[in-house]
Amino acid sequence: MSYQVNEKGYYGEFGGAFIPEMLYPNVKHLEQNYLKIIESESFQTEFVSLLKHYVGRPSPLYYSKRLSDKYGIRLYLKREDLNHTGSHKINNTIGQILMARHLGKKRIIAETGAGQHGVATATVCAREGLECIVFMGATDVARQMPNVEKMQMLGATVVPVQSGNKTLKDATNEAIRDWINHPDETHYIIGSVVGPHPYPDMVARFQSIISAEIKQQLLEQTGSPLPDSVIACVGGGSNAAGAFYHFLNEPNVKLIAVEADGKGLETGETAATMAAGRPGIIHGSLTLLMQTDDGQIVEPYSISAGLDYPGIGPLHSHLFKSQRALFIRATDDEALAAAFELTRMEGIIPALESAHALAALSKLSFKKDETVVINISGRGDKDMEAYRNHMKNIKNKEQENTQTKLSLNNEDVYTKGYTFPTDGTLVDFRKVTGLYIP
Amino acid sequence: MNRLQTLFQNKKNNILSVYFTAGFPKPETSVTIIRELEKQGVDMIEIGIPFSDPLADGPVIQHSSQIALKNGMSLSKLFKELENIRPEVKIPLLLMGYFNTVMQFGVETFCQKAAALGIDGVILPDLPLEVYEERYASMFDSYGIVPVFLVTPGTNEERIRKVDNLSKGFIYMVSSASTTGTKSGFHPKNIAYFQRVQSMRLKNPVLTGFGISNHETFTQACQFSQGAIVGSAFIKALQSNGTIQEAIAKFVASVR
Ligand SMILES: Cc1ncc(COP(=O)(O)O)c(C=O)c1O
Repeated sequence: MSYQVNEKGYYGEFGGAFIPEMLYPNVKHLEQNYLKIIESESFQTEFVSLLKHYVGRPSPLYYSKRLSDKYGIRLYLKREDLNHTGSHKINNTIGQILMARHLGKKRIIAETGAGQHGVATATVCAREGLECIVFMGATDVARQMPNVEKMQMLGATVVPVQSGNKTLKDATNEAIRDWINHPDETHYIIGSVVGPHPYPDMVARFQSIISAEIKQQLLEQTGSPLPDSVIACVGGGSNAAGAFYHFLNEPNVKLIAVEADGKGLETGETAATMAAGRPGIIHGSLTLLMQTDDGQIVEPYSISAGLDYPGIGPLHSHLFKSQRALFIRATDDEALAAAFELTRMEGIIPALESAHALAALSKLSFKKDETVVINISGRGDKDMEAYRNHMKNIKNKEQENTQTKLSLNNEDVYTKGYTFPTDGTLVDFRKVTGLYIP
Repeated sequence: MNRLQTLFQNKKNNILSVYFTAGFPKPETSVTIIRELEKQGVDMIEIGIPFSDPLADGPVIQHSSQIALKNGMSLSKLFKELENIRPEVKIPLLLMGYFNTVMQFGVETFCQKAAALGIDGVILPDLPLEVYEERYASMFDSYGIVPVFLVTPGTNEERIRKVDNLSKGFIYMVSSASTTGTKSGFHPKNIAYFQRVQSMRLKNPVLTGFGISNHETFTQACQFSQGAIVGSAFIKALQSNGTIQEAIAKFVASVR
């Protein structure tokens, strides 16, 4: 089984380039040149140097002693949160801004959900001295103000998108429409392993530095380059693609992708594409997609703006279909609990997206002492409002609970730890955190 | 001979094709709109299948699609509405939409149903030429559904020839690098591109679309191609006060 894209742009049955003719010349030109450019010495030299001196790579691989002890595994955290701009997104934008220069493009457009990709794009544009326009759903603009202000300070124009449901999907539509209207001078820096071929492959290659480093760092720290499991969250799937990349053909390495389950699959308010999707076309790619029976794309829901996407990169649809990777889901509440667990036990505040990956720890059973790597795709600065609300909820519930003499102390849950079932049964974190004590 | 071939054989110039989004402005208005357009002497009609994420469309058609979806429009509903459209309506009817809605309906069922209702052709802007050729050409052929492909200012000569070879009805010449209804009026650059396509002496007739909004742009487009397609401007006209019939009569008269 191959997990590489084929010459027609497909991963198994997924992928391709389902784009209107207006975009054909640009996408074709990129397809015909991207490998040549990426593999050229001048590109590689500059890419590697920027990742080192500008982004701060290699990002540490940190052995988490306390979580390891708690879960009976050997847990390593890949610290993409320590990258410049605070997430893995910068690996891709560095690669693509160099690509844009090689293609002779002077105007950069991007879409963004949480604002992480927007900030990472505005950053590289500032450094390169290129015009930067970021499309962001009006709803997301309102809920991610700090990132909007960062992009503006970096000199980017942030366009609030009013069409559709005003979130990531619509921002991506609007970026594509802008590209249709300005084909000659513009390069579209897409933020994940989504979109028409060759974007998924190009972005995966730029993110593959994550697993290249994990291998090297594991070898240094454990004597073996191969972990037993790699866990990453999936929105479009770029941090997961990067964390899995160099392990795809290592059948003994379990690959675990965690999707955002919002309020739970049964409520319909979910972003878990694998569970809720069918093959369909979104943003130029044939992939699994949340849609109605009539083929209208539905709006997903997750507390995490970066995972709030109704599709998924075609590579992941293929990994799912071929069962090379295990796809599980984590709800808002599970992610919040996992974020607080990491924060209180290791002093690392993760992004809400990454918290979904961490939630896998309590949802899966692991072999004793197996080596597990979790990709911490980003840091939690942007999510402080959600975290603040969560703390308030906990406090309120605590007070209620003391009043009614129901004494489940949330501090206990986070500081002393909670023994999670190791047989894979799902944990209802609402009970664990005492939020919904009847 | 099918209706499209008949049209292009009998009429070599000033062909007016009108696009509307099914389900807009009100539910179950498609048949009324089609009847009235034919009555007003429009040569051909493109019936838009609304989609939640119309990538190639500007704000006007996006908006009409959203309203249409809110009005409950779907491909199966549309097919039901069109059940008795033939033989009453004589002019060519095409369906235009995004490939995902067709894919979910089932491509073969779609062709079968469309053919049974007397639909002549289909425009699916995000179904690439190569995929059509490889997977669907023989299917469309067997049901007599004519595919229509787009060429744009960025399409090179070799690819235009390829489009010409695969086409059986007409070629949809997109007037500028643009989404629908976004740019108006033609720049000298557009004109040079129209002339370039014209000088290729293609086998198929060419209709110009995108940015055709009034009499001036219509006649200009007709100088370089067999006719033109109006979409966003018509959708806007449908939102004016008065009956649909009045709006259509007034609009068609103003373009001709
Ligand atoms: C920190 C972080 N992690 C993960 C994601 C999800 O994207 P992907 O699945 O492409 O890694 C985002 C997207 O905004 C993000 O900001």
